[in-house]
Amino acid sequence: MTAPTAAPLPVPRLALRAITKRYPGCLANDGVDLSVMPGECHALLGENGAGKSTLVKIVYGVLQADAGEILWEGERVRIDSPAAARKLGIGMVFQHFSLFESMTVTENVALGTGDPSPLPELGARIAEVSQRYGLVLDPDRRIADLSVGERQRVEIVRCLLQDPRLLIMDEPTSVLTPQEAESLFETLRRLVAEGRSILYISHKLAEIRVLCEAATVLRGGRLAGRCDPRAETAASLARLMIGADFAPPVRAAQEIDRSGAARLAVERLSLAPLVPFATPLSDISFSVRAGEIFGIAGVAGNGQAELLGALSGETLVAVPDAVKIDGEAVGHIGPRRRRERGMGFVPEERLGRGAVPDMSLADNALLSAHRTPGMLKRGLIRFSRTRAFAEKVISTFHVATSGPQAAARSLSGGNLQKFIVGREILQNPRLLIVAQPTWGVDAGAAAAIHRDLIALAEGGAAVLVVSQDLDELFAICDRIAVMCHGRLSEAQAVRSTDVEQIGMLMGGVFHLNEGEA
Amino acid sequence: MALRLELRPEPSRAMLFVAPMLAIALTVIAGGCLFAALGFSPLPALRTFFVSPLGDLYGISEWLLKATPLAIIAVALALGFRGNVWNIGAEGQLIMGAVASGGVALALYDVSGYWVLPLVLLAGIAGGALYAGIPAFLRIRFHANEILTSLMLNYVAALVLAWLVHGPWRSPEGYNFPESRMFTDSALMPILIEGTRLHVGALLAPVVAFVAWVILSRSFLGFQIKVIGMTPAAGSYAGFGPKRVIAFTLMFGGGMAGLAGAMEVCGPIGQLIPTVSPGYGYTAIIAAFLGRLHPFGILLAALLLALTYMGGDAAQIALGVPLAVTQVFQGMILFFLLACDVLIRYRVRFAARTSLGGAR
Repeated sequence: MTAPTAAPLPVPRLALRAITKRYPGCLANDGVDLSVMPGECHALLGENGAGKSTLVKIVYGVLQADAGEILWEGERVRIDSPAAARKLGIGMVFQHFSLFESMTVTENVALGTGDPSPLPELGARIAEVSQRYGLVLDPDRRIADLSVGERQRVEIVRCLLQDPRLLIMDEPTSVLTPQEAESLFETLRRLVAEGRSILYISHKLAEIRVLCEAATVLRGGRLAGRCDPRAETAASLARLMIGADFAPPVRAAQEIDRSGAARLAVERLSLAPLVPFATPLSDISFSVRAGEIFGIAGVAGNGQAELLGALSGETLVAVPDAVKIDGEAVGHIGPRRRRERGMGFVPEERLGRGAVPDMSLADNALLSAHRTPGMLKRGLIRFSRTRAFAEKVISTFHVATSGPQAAARSLSGGNLQKFIVGREILQNPRLLIVAQPTWGVDAGAAAAIHRDLIALAEGGAAVLVVSQDLDELFAICDRIAVMCHGRLSEAQAVRSTDVEQIGMLMGGVFHLNEGEA
Repeated sequence: MALRLELRPEPSRAMLFVAPMLAIALTVIAGGCLFAALGFSPLPALRTFFVSPLGDLYGISEWLLKATPLAIIAVALALGFRGNVWNIGAEGQLIMGAVASGGVALALYDVSGYWVLPLVLLAGIAGGALYAGIPAFLRIRFHANEILTSLMLNYVAALVLAWLVHGPWRSPEGYNFPESRMFTDSALMPILIEGTRLHVGALLAPVVAFVAWVILSRSFLGFQIKVIGMTPAAGSYAGFGPKRVIAFTLMFGGGMAGLAGAMEVCGPIGQLIPTVSPGYGYTAIIAAFLGRLHPFGILLAALLLALTYMGGDAAQIALGVPLAVTQVFQGMILFFLLACDVLIRYRVRFAARTSLGGAR
């Protein structure tokens, strides 16, 4: 024995030993070990369904492990509720938010934290924390009127207010601009420097490599490996996660025919807010040609939802000419008649808009594909046809499910998205509008969806992709425009722009490179 | 031991069927306790309530007679309930159906012909449907909540009927009683079984249930109703017009309630009187939910609820309890059903307490 003066091994802030959690018919976590040191930003990586969510829910006390133990700062603890977790000093920002829609930001924070201080005082603290961390929030707004991105800020601020020693973050950057994500990283780095630990769940390998100093990778509920992400490449991390090599699809440079009428033309589209706090659209113009993939970037809540409503026909616009399909004014007609003109539409919310959760996949096929000849006969549904169509979607797009009778809610996010995208593509749309095609979808499924969209465009359809994921837009689009405060920037050819420039546009700096508009 | 409720991973399909049975069992038990508290021996009292009314052919015919309007209305209401259209105004629509058909029957007082009755019944359907058109219009045009408007219109309908039978339509030979003339044979429902009051309308109930089943399970319209009912956002994504669904379900419910009203006044009642329904329009709501909003389930539920009307009568006569016992039993069924429905999404766990030495 040498050096008795060597510092004792630091005690992990959180250590999980052989955590096992079984669901009926599925082993979600199988003997998983994990330890997070004080002042460490630790990544938890894995495909959808790898068991990441289950594991962090156990840490946060939402679920109880069937076997295994949890050590908090070296002591064995029992975390049987989120309240117990918060008491220990564990905070969590969920991917799916738990906010009361009809209440204000402040009221939600008060409820979530059990903070007894008067609301105005709490509101002031929220404003202060949100400002300090660059998370713009009005404490008095109702959650119902906030965008997805803003709701996430509420969740983050709610956690930070409690001064946690371990902060669990589930895919936090999915709704931020690159610049905002960078400032969130700054925040996180500051938290880490203060000695706090962060357990960071993400599938964005690039950000894990710049942010985290340790990573635990799960695959199929088991520990697939541990590594230092800074010493890995994105490809080696992906291989660890997926268990196989895979190549993301690339969009080859395209020559787009710009003669004749555009497949989709939006001209000077303006829309007053339909509900209080909705973003008004002002003077939006762009066009998408046959064979082209056109991307719209932007932070959530900048009018994308309103624009998508006006494009799908769920919101009718006063000036029919503002939206044209193949040169025909369609601003005044609803979704069914726009579908008749060759439009397909994949909404951002898969469960609850793109699909009815409690209905079977066969019924959900009928939801948008009821115009397909043969599905209906004198007002009656031909169930053999809807089932066959759903089966075709399932097999063509490799949807992992028990079959067309499975309820939509039983599918994982990625599989349901593949089903919905497939349902729209198999209707042979001449124009496909897709919102957030791969939000919360694992890498394998995302690559498949991207390949499908590219193939559709190569087949001569016009594709419009609205996404907050810049990597995705750069990978598959020909041109990108940016939405900010209900306005749309000039479209940029992907080959002549970069993430930096699009990021500036996302922050609202529209006139940097184009002089005065 | 502590009882606690635990969320099921999936809603239980079995419980969907078990819950109504459990509710009925609990109603019978609670009813027995109620009779015991009133000083009756529970088992014979329950026998009086549930079994004795069906002791003979006449009893059974009366039972079916009362189940008919319940089934027809409940099946139609269920269509709307599936689509989140909450028509609570079936009672008023029933009354307006009775008024419209009664008006036609009285207008054709001197006429006889096989076409009179169909015309009278159609008038009933139209009266109920148009009356339900009021809340439909208010909901579509002004977003007025149909629960409130349809409910309030029930009282209006009752007053309209009262005014008519006290005033313009009062029978000239009726010694100033608030009643219309008796309808002539051409306007009366043919009797199904001689010596009873059971009329051909009873055959319509399964027909209406079948039609509703086809609409709900086989037709694209039913699909739209279900989509809008389960997930309104998915309905608007698909471009299903909620206005059409609101108008159709409300007016279909109103039309069937109107038909039930017409068959009451052209059947067992035979004239317009101030009260043409013992609350069938309200009880049908219970029948719809007890039958799980499924047309065939509702047929069974209507039979059970019809029995509570019979039982109430029997208990009033044999035991001398107030007729309100019918409403008490109906209320208990609904109450226990709502409570038992918790078991569809939750299961009961007996968790052992860790504390020691609890004497038992």
